[in-house]
Amino acid sequence: MPWKRTADVVVIGGGVQGCATAYNLAKLGVKDIVVLEKGSICSGSTGRCGAGIRAQWGTEMNCRFGLACVEKFEQLHEELGMDCGLNQSGYLMVAYQESEFEQLKKSMKLQNSLGINTRVVTYAEAREICPGLAADDAVGFTFHDRDGHADPFLTTFAFMEAAKRLGVTFHKFTEVTDVKTIAGKVAGVVTTKGDIDAPVVIDAAGGYSQIVAKMAGVDIPNFSERHEIIITEPVEPGVCPPMLMSFSGNYYIQQRPHGSIIGGCSPEGHPQDYELGNSWDFLEMMSRTFVKLLPRTKGVRVVRQWSGLYNMTPDKQPIICEADNVKGFFLNCGYSGHGFMFGPISGELLAQKIIGKKPWIDIEMLHYSRFERGELLIEPAVV
Amino acid sequence: MSEKTNNIIICRCEEITLGEIREWIAKGYETFDELKRVLRVGMGPCQGRGCREMILREIAAKTGKTVAEVEPGTFRPPAKPVKLAVLAEGGDK
Repeated sequence: MPWKRTADVVVIGGGVQGCATAYNLAKLGVKDIVVLEKGSICSGSTGRCGAGIRAQWGTEMNCRFGLACVEKFEQLHEELGMDCGLNQSGYLMVAYQESEFEQLKKSMKLQNSLGINTRVVTYAEAREICPGLAADDAVGFTFHDRDGHADPFLTTFAFMEAAKRLGVTFHKFTEVTDVKTIAGKVAGVVTTKGDIDAPVVIDAAGGYSQIVAKMAGVDIPNFSERHEIIITEPVEPGVCPPMLMSFSGNYYIQQRPHGSIIGGCSPEGHPQDYELGNSWDFLEMMSRTFVKLLPRTKGVRVVRQWSGLYNMTPDKQPIICEADNVKGFFLNCGYSGHGFMFGPISGELLAQKIIGKKPWIDIEMLHYSRFERGELLIEPAVV
Repeated sequence: MSEKTNNIIICRCEEITLGEIREWIAKGYETFDELKRVLRVGMGPCQGRGCREMILREIAAKTGKTVAEVEPGTFRPPAKPVKLAVLAEGGDK
């Protein structure tokens, strides 16, 4: 791909946020968009994620976002012309404490009021949804059948291929080393392959967003945590049909359509060193969770272990806005572990905002100034 | 290239053919990790032990590099598949 010294829009980051934002901008008629990725496309947090998609959230904004995402994923194959590996077998939320179950039921009422048909299910029903589930120590369950998971790689590649067809340029193995600003406005980027002048620059750098923001002179309170995950060899379908998730149990487990089972949790003392290593402690802890919850998996083999960065904000909600002190510098980051599922919608909303249209879901409250004002939008439902 | 060659299975775990690998290399998925992400080659029980070398040769041929110059892609633990029950029992503390 030949190098051009100017662009209308530069997107930093080739994960789902960067690719979906670029695609949506191109779809809205913006020309000359360049996406820069320091590795290869989908090599960062998106490609390392647990892949869940859900509308079972605890705040109104996230419920609206979540439902919009479920609906978006349902028609994404048709829109982008590539299968995104969607599997809608529901999220089965498992509560082990009364207070946790009360919170799930409170969230369910909110969800129901917004058109999300989450319901409480008994242990017997939970075992019909997930045969072989061993959770007699749980106090309650909620289930939403339109939740599920998709393939993060295929979804991101689908956005990239669709964006390319609309004329978007992608430069991989190209790292941004500085963001240029002149008199309170963004002017372009400096990269390992050369400079690009542009009046609009978007920070969609996932785990490295705060580093990129700092290059532009924008301070955001984001930090990145390492989370680990394992995957098993493929086995027959039906071993774990829904996404099993518990906040107090501290796990999420799901089976991909090709048969492999994926599981992750939040380790204590999240390392915040940008390293992407693997620990024996996690492997052992997660394996114990698997065999306790799904005893028939005890003979299933783990084939791979890896880790990725959650880009965390103080209230575990994203930042989607234009920087106050650097006009033309937009932030699309801080998803705190649910960036993949929100990507297809947040990319669309940010693209609308950039071209001066009103985003169809209000995102004004997602400006980072909420942290200074102390107006946090705390989401209770995060693993 | 003949249909016969195209139909040769290169990744036996995920049943990916030589034709599919060549098709995606031509689309710009020119590293082992990119092919892994789009086709799942090397993600099955053998973790690329069967297919990696052949795929690296294909990438080298298509990109004009030598096999030694082609990035081999990421190797992840465990070194071989281990049963969940064995891992759950833990190691020596």
